[in-house]
Amino acid sequence: MNSLVPLFVIVPLGSAFLMVIFGRLIKHLSKILVTMMLLFLLYLTFYFLYNVTEPQIYEVGGHAARNGVPIAIYLVIDGFSKLLLLIISLIGFLSALYALSYTRQYTAEPKFYILFSLLIAGMNGLVISGDIFNIFVFLEISSIAAYALVAFGIEREQLEASFKYQVLGGVASLIILLSIGFIYWQTGTLNMADISAQVAGTGVFFKFVAVLLITGFGLKAAIFPFHSWLPDAHSSAPSPISAMLSGVVIKAIGIYVILRLFFNMFAINYEISMTITVLGALSMIIGSLLAIGQWDIKRMLAYSSISQIGYVILGVGIGMLVLVRGGDIKIAALAITGGLFHLINHAVFKGLLFLGAGAVEYRTGTRDMRKLGGLNEVMPVTASSSLIASLSISGVPPFNGFFSKLIIIIAAVQAKYYFLALLAVIVSIITIGYFMKLQKYTFFNKNVNFPKIREVPFSMAFSQILLAVLCLGLSLLVIPDVQKIFLKPAVDALINSTAYARVILGY
Amino acid sequence: MQGMTIIVKKITQIMAPVIFLFGLYVIVHGHLSPGGGFAGGVILAAAFILQILSFGSILPSLRREEVWLELLESTAVMGFLVISGLGLLLASFRIFFLNFINRGTVGQLLSGGIIPLENIVVGAEVCAAITTIFIALTVYQDEVTQ
Repeated sequence: MNSLVPLFVIVPLGSAFLMVIFGRLIKHLSKILVTMMLLFLLYLTFYFLYNVTEPQIYEVGGHAARNGVPIAIYLVIDGFSKLLLLIISLIGFLSALYALSYTRQYTAEPKFYILFSLLIAGMNGLVISGDIFNIFVFLEISSIAAYALVAFGIEREQLEASFKYQVLGGVASLIILLSIGFIYWQTGTLNMADISAQVAGTGVFFKFVAVLLITGFGLKAAIFPFHSWLPDAHSSAPSPISAMLSGVVIKAIGIYVILRLFFNMFAINYEISMTITVLGALSMIIGSLLAIGQWDIKRMLAYSSISQIGYVILGVGIGMLVLVRGGDIKIAALAITGGLFHLINHAVFKGLLFLGAGAVEYRTGTRDMRKLGGLNEVMPVTASSSLIASLSISGVPPFNGFFSKLIIIIAAVQAKYYFLALLAVIVSIITIGYFMKLQKYTFFNKNVNFPKIREVPFSMAFSQILLAVLCLGLSLLVIPDVQKIFLKPAVDALINSTAYARVILGY
Repeated sequence: MQGMTIIVKKITQIMAPVIFLFGLYVIVHGHLSPGGGFAGGVILAAAFILQILSFGSILPSLRREEVWLELLESTAVMGFLVISGLGLLLASFRIFFLNFINRGTVGQLLSGGIIPLENIVVGAEVCAAITTIFIALTVYQDEVTQ
């Protein structure tokens, strides 16, 4: 047992409540504390990435398993958790850095950072939790923090978006809780490893539960038929929060749980794999088609998130299908690698795009592309970093988005899903189209309305530059030696789907 | 907010201490009988809410209460974290939520190690939270009607 594991939850939770207690006494305490906390979490994540290779299992309270039945709450850090922890702390740190200047427009600044810390605590806890009920608890912590953060500006539009998000999020939580109840009823345990040992046969009952779980977590991840809340919530939230929601939250509380449950808890079967792949392909196409017509910058980016999440699910879904059909395991590994690579890349470039949109809104006060134009002369840092992000999201070499999409398409062709490969290429072309529209109307046309604005403050510009460098730097992940540190453990955790239960139960 | 009639006020004066005491009983017996920190905290909050409802309140004093309740709530959560984190710091095992106090015999009031302590801080936290929610709604209503 590694005693550093619970720190991923204790540190953000503790700093959130320290901010409440001492925030009135010490000025700027919350700003200092949130950056220190996220730097520490980033350090901790890198420590686990480099020094700890084995999956870490932590029994809270020290209750050891009796007769092979786990009774404690389990915290598990394996390769897949590490990947998500890296994304959470990295994008979280850069968003917090950006927020230091951005939140000056709000009256209740400390509350922003308190909720931000709770959001981080919830996601960290969800990602390292080893039993399904604690996944629900941490899911609710992060969701409730997210509802409050979406409504943070308390304008009419933000309250409406937050209400919509709350209603659909509440429905999702209800469905998830129901399915957890069903699982507990049938197996008598909540530990995911223990459940997976008992649901080996795929009866009708567990297929029903699987459908409920896909619906619930699909709502949280905004996959195609459940995406209606996302464009409102992600576009009206404060920009650092939009970057967190689109870049991290829908992945940590949606995609991560779906993949964890259907690879490591349920036995992979054909119907579920096909459902996941089809939903991924549909959200990829429909998200991009809906994005074309938008004139609101952040709304376009929100629809684009649906589309890019579709790529991630498509990649991993193809991997699942290959595994189910007993195909070449190397092709499955390639497809899953592509999906997870795109997951990291999307966190970085979508985070950057939202921060750029926030910078534009911060100086001009509008998000309507028709009123903007020619901002590359007055805001050079924002314009150039946003251009880099647009190029990498539309898959232009040598930026990171090109490589991950290439890997997904190659894997689809090798697995003989030619139609899916064609769709991925077509959607990529549509993506270039709408990002050209965004760049042209925002940064390249003639500057009519805002000739005298200045570049954003240092902390906002700095985090944008760092993310732009990451956009280029993450291309290195295509090299196998670099993949070995960041991606390979995560892919292995998913491919060897029964290893998870075997390591935890110890046989 | 307006107060209620003398009958309600008098009954509240008699009942509120009893409710408060019962809440404390439920909290400290949390490890022995049904209930515990959460249920007891809600009962404690009910004693306060009953008094605010029957005697009425003025806006500035409610706001002041809100500040203190917020502080109490956060301190209680920190207390919970510290008690459960002590296991990480003190013992040689380095385990989160380690029950490091002697557990005593089952059925006695002083038993269960850290569980009664955790129940007490949870009770304080829930009481403060529920009362804060109530006061926030009351303040909101007063502001809207004015």
